[in-house]
Amino acid sequence: MSSGAARQRDSEPAVRAQQPQGLTPGTPSWDSSSRVQLKPSSAATLAQAPMGLYTDTTVCIGCKACEVACKEWNQLPATGGGKHEMSGDSYDNTRQLDGIHWRHVKFIEQFSEDRTDGRWLMMSDVCKHCVNAPCLEVCPTGAIIRTEFDTVVIQSDTCNGCRACIGACPFGVIGINDVSNVAQKCTLCYDRLQAGMEPACSQACPTDSIRFGPIRELKQQAQARVEQLHERGETRAYLYGADDKFLGGLNSFYLLVDQPEVYGLPVNPKMPTRNLIPSSLFSTAGAMVLALLAMVGLRKRRMDERAGEDREHV
Amino acid sequence: MSDTFFTASPHWTWWILLYFFIGGIAGAVFFLAAMLDLSGVASRESRVARGEPVSPHHRPASPVVRLGYYIAFLGVLISGFLLTIDLSRPLRFWHMLIENHTGRPMFKLWEPMSTGAWALLLFGLFAFLAAVAALSEDRPNIRLLQSAPVRLLRRPRLSAIVAVLGSIFGLYIAGYTGVLLAVTNRPIWADSHLLGLLFLVSGASTAPAALILLGARRLAADRVSLNWLVWFDHKVLILELLVLIVFLLSLGSVARVFLDWWGLVLLVGVFGVGILVPLFLHSREGTQTIASCVRIAWPVLAGGFLLRMVLLLSSNQIHVVGSGVTGR
Repeated sequence: MSSGAARQRDSEPAVRAQQPQGLTPGTPSWDSSSRVQLKPSSAATLAQAPMGLYTDTTVCIGCKACEVACKEWNQLPATGGGKHEMSGDSYDNTRQLDGIHWRHVKFIEQFSEDRTDGRWLMMSDVCKHCVNAPCLEVCPTGAIIRTEFDTVVIQSDTCNGCRACIGACPFGVIGINDVSNVAQKCTLCYDRLQAGMEPACSQACPTDSIRFGPIRELKQQAQARVEQLHERGETRAYLYGADDKFLGGLNSFYLLVDQPEVYGLPVNPKMPTRNLIPSSLFSTAGAMVLALLAMVGLRKRRMDERAGEDREHV
Repeated sequence: MSDTFFTASPHWTWWILLYFFIGGIAGAVFFLAAMLDLSGVASRESRVARGEPVSPHHRPASPVVRLGYYIAFLGVLISGFLLTIDLSRPLRFWHMLIENHTGRPMFKLWEPMSTGAWALLLFGLFAFLAAVAALSEDRPNIRLLQSAPVRLLRRPRLSAIVAVLGSIFGLYIAGYTGVLLAVTNRPIWADSHLLGLLFLVSGASTAPAALILLGARRLAADRVSLNWLVWFDHKVLILELLVLIVFLLSLGSVARVFLDWWGLVLLVGVFGVGILVPLFLHSREGTQTIASCVRIAWPVLAGGFLLRMVLLLSSNQIHVVGSGVTGR
């Protein structure tokens, strides 16, 4: 059971034009200088097709420009008020995605014991804006919505911080922002999209590791890149989340060159409601057994009571 | 590795743990009280059938039944408070029930937190009605409690409706918390379909214990109800033992997360103190005295609390950090 029928990638957004309150889409021109060379003429045109991000991890250099741009544009606070300790985990001091970290560059060091051979894997992680979004499905207040761009946004004025979305997200993306005290995550720069701009992270990326655009076009670019890498001998390259094998597809998908677990990604992320019906059936059966047990006991009790009364009469 | 290991913890900790424990007891205690109550109604009808004099407008509830309704209502109040203060924005608790932008009811049939919020509200209503009716019997000198609407609540048919509907919602409250945890993507919680059943059965085993502890004096004068509660608790403890074993087996390789302190608490606190010790005391001491029943009730309550603590907090310690997972 789910909040709606499972949707297919590239279909129309399920909850089109469900606008966050207080944010009105304008009709500004699209930034034609964008490196991704997408030229929809207005935000209205943008809304015609699902938009998203394609991250090619093979060209990520770990500069963290995306993290900085995200923090700056979204005015996200620093960890611990700026008093941050080094993690000791490679160059990764961000550590995780949460309410104040909407971008996280992961550093995976794959080296031999003597460090004579090896490679770096770097990946800029973000909310996947799932086509069938678990967070949206379980949010009990309706705070999480799908926008006209087919992205998933948390409305801060509705969220009450119950944290159901945090446990439901298969990627560990969402967290409570200690300043606003509500659950927050990447909005795919919803405000910028409404103004016809691309998200801050993709605009800041100096290597085009992060690309923004209509999902259909991004998939074509990504597939071409995979074929190019295969031709060059990197046969491990594949796309994660570009098809609809899980969660109906991801509106932020990745080109990876190792198993998903190596990047801290689940192999087969699932909807949380998959457990609803079997769990409910077991519980209902249990409740019936308890009721039956109680009635059997009470019948025994009544018979004992009657036997006691009979003894008194005798 | 299970895909559930790549998720972040919602950090549902002590307030939620207390809610799971108290809410489970409240729901199941109402169920027990209602069963005793309805059984009394049935006895009354049989008395009518036998031609014995019974007031047609009055349904006398036994002192134990009345205590059960009080505990359930108090439990609901505490539960609502605990759930509210656990929110990061407690003043927005009503967003669970009403859409703040439209003013329309907020309800998601497929989300246990949403259905649970409504169920708690409705269970609270029935627990309140039952408690008011019980109080009117306990405090006949308070004029407000002898008013026509309250007297109406004591009519056999209406009180039976309140008891039945309240029981359904009570059992729902006792069990849905486990289903709520299962409808996530978190380790342990989402790796089995039996958590709701386990919480329900655990609630049903702790409820008689709570009733015995809080109503020892009333039960001392009502041996029949006491015997039934102890009999029921004994059977449910056996059921809980079976469900807990099957639950752990259903986790498969995920169960290795219990190879730490939490596993020790599970083994000693839940299996040992919470289930096996009471079962042993049942077989050795039986229910000869109220004191022996109280001795059995304490470890049952402790076990029910520890069960929820282990299952809630052991999952919370696992979260995705860096490019890997900690707390495995």
